[in-house]
Amino acid sequence: MLRSDVSDGRALPTTEELPDPELVQLLAPDGTRRADPVYDSWVEDVDAEHLLSLYEDMVVARRFDVEAVALQRQGQLGLWPPLLGQEAAQIGSARALRPDDFVFTSYRENGVAYCRGAAPVDLVRVWRGNALAGWDPWAIGMATPQVMIGAQTLHATGYALGCAKDGVDSVAVAYFGDGATSKGDVHEAMVFASSFAAPVVFFCQNNQWAISEPVGLQSRHPLADRALGYGIPSVRVDGNDVLAVMAATRVALDRARRGEGPSFIEAVTYRMGPHTTSDDPTRYADPEIREQWAAQDPIVRVEQHLHAHGALSEDRAQEVKEHAEAFAMELRDATYGMTAPEPLTVFDHVLVEPSAELERQRSQYAAYLAMFGGAE
Amino acid sequence: MATTTMAAALGSGLRRAMEDDPRVVLLGEDIGRLGGVFRVTDGLQRDFGADRVMDTPLAEAGIMGVAVGLAYRGFRPVVEIQFDGFVYPALDQMVTQVGRLHYRTGGTVRMPVTIRIPYGGGIGAVEHHSESPEAYFAHTPGLRVVSCATPQDAHTMIRQAIACDDPVVFFEPKRRYWVKGSVQDEPLDAALPLDRARVVVEGTDVTLVAYGPLVVTARDAALAAADDGLSVEVIDLRSLSPLDLDTVETSVRKTGRLVVTHEAQRSGGLGAEIAASITERCFSLLHAAPVRVTGFDVPYPPAKLEEHFLPDLDRLLDAVDQVMGRQHSLTGWSA
Repeated sequence: MLRSDVSDGRALPTTEELPDPELVQLLAPDGTRRADPVYDSWVEDVDAEHLLSLYEDMVVARRFDVEAVALQRQGQLGLWPPLLGQEAAQIGSARALRPDDFVFTSYRENGVAYCRGAAPVDLVRVWRGNALAGWDPWAIGMATPQVMIGAQTLHATGYALGCAKDGVDSVAVAYFGDGATSKGDVHEAMVFASSFAAPVVFFCQNNQWAISEPVGLQSRHPLADRALGYGIPSVRVDGNDVLAVMAATRVALDRARRGEGPSFIEAVTYRMGPHTTSDDPTRYADPEIREQWAAQDPIVRVEQHLHAHGALSEDRAQEVKEHAEAFAMELRDATYGMTAPEPLTVFDHVLVEPSAELERQRSQYAAYLAMFGGAE
Repeated sequence: MATTTMAAALGSGLRRAMEDDPRVVLLGEDIGRLGGVFRVTDGLQRDFGADRVMDTPLAEAGIMGVAVGLAYRGFRPVVEIQFDGFVYPALDQMVTQVGRLHYRTGGTVRMPVTIRIPYGGGIGAVEHHSESPEAYFAHTPGLRVVSCATPQDAHTMIRQAIACDDPVVFFEPKRRYWVKGSVQDEPLDAALPLDRARVVVEGTDVTLVAYGPLVVTARDAALAAADDGLSVEVIDLRSLSPLDLDTVETSVRKTGRLVVTHEAQRSGGLGAEIAASITERCFSLLHAAPVRVTGFDVPYPPAKLEEHFLPDLDRLLDAVDQVMGRQHSLTGWSA
């Protein structure tokens, strides 16, 4: 027999909407410096020359990103995930890090990789199909970028736990997107990080899109609030404001270094390009909204700010441009200069000590190739 | 030399590994204060502290992903998955991360992660507590997969697994946790390597390959067959990936007959891989087609039916009769 007490009550408890957390912004889209009682102090040292160097990194990132898209269009790269529009989110956060911090990213964080010291050739290796990893993680303090959405947030948390066990004040930073915030891995990472007070920064670039799916499909509420449920302090920052991003990242890093555990940063930005070069946003993205975001460009606002303060001479602007051009050309030359991997390297590094069975497969395939006149 | 249970032998192996290397850390659900639901980690948190023996939140993907991060930081994490059937949320991290980071980084990043999984049936458990998921992992490149069958191997192999620079999925036959045997601290460089099978009963008529919980059953079958005048060679596979096919091949070249047994379901199982590989290597020497004695292709049944699912002594003997072409084989008609 069913035992049940279905209610026919009429009065409903109020379900108040939480107010949207305010966006931290220090540089308005027109380049005006906005005072902030908290975050100003975290970027006090960023003078005009310092800001100019952040500007330069953003210009370089945009330039080599455009170059990589062109290389894909020319058939030199198989795929490329453009970062266009996310320069401030990537440069502002990455430049806040120390060399001994360790970064775990998704595949779009090429601006972060640039700041960590990745060489041009290392940025394109994977996208040309030559390798599954671009750089030596230990050399630049940055893990091999993650293709699986959100998986790296757990790795960052584990690494951070290791830092705490080692008694050092290095911090692990996890970069991920708005789509990833729906993944179980990201939530489990926040559970672990919170429970163990791991020195990790969850840096979410909310670029509004997971391929064609708008952020509203992932969450009906600001992503930064998700962290609060885990007891993780969070902040929503203008992701197109390099200064605000740097300030917020410094706050989070400092919290982690002091042993006060994880933080969550939602950098609100916009993916101005396609998901990857294989994508076609004209099928789903509203061009008018894109125009609105174009008016909030991360590079233009710094440019305007610097101009207004007479800190960007024509010569200096030219230097920045030339530097960006040079890096892009290096990337281009590296792409063209890359030789295809040797066929038998397909068998390398499965296990530290290769298994007998795999060695059999290797020698059989080598013999097979040899029948065609060498391992070509 | 002490006589001890397999569970205690695993515990002392873990203890020894933690003493040998301060970078060894244990993660899992209930492994700390409780000592694990099977008490394998009993006393380790007390003696090594909560920093090295960590009770974790109830999230297997989280445990596995955090272990990856710890390995990135230079630790040697030992993960306990509480029961075989709970490993699936962690499967993603194991397949897409643990098993391939060494490969995708061109050998730069090592993942010396040991993943302990109590597995298999025969204990009258509820659903999801009697699974044999080893084939999923054996099919995944970059993971070593092993299973122990005796207290001595449990003790030595867990130390070898932790010392190994590759990730090792370590299947512990839970229904043999309480079987006792003599255990000594073997020097690891003198012990049989982790990826090698062992001939545990020598014979000349039939090669019977088993691993984990069924090694005991296979030995019993060899004894029973001997009463019947048959000489059965029993191989404890120990390493499920990579397979030590050379040891199996050497045996089959002598016997000309192969029976493989596991609790796991038949189709796509390790028995198929072993039968195919040995057939490729020894086709002209085989006196009969290889026979698999396995669980059926059904989800693990309720406890009151598990005796009909699990290979047992009689089914092994019947398979031996079958490859011998004996008339009274119950299933010989199919050959």
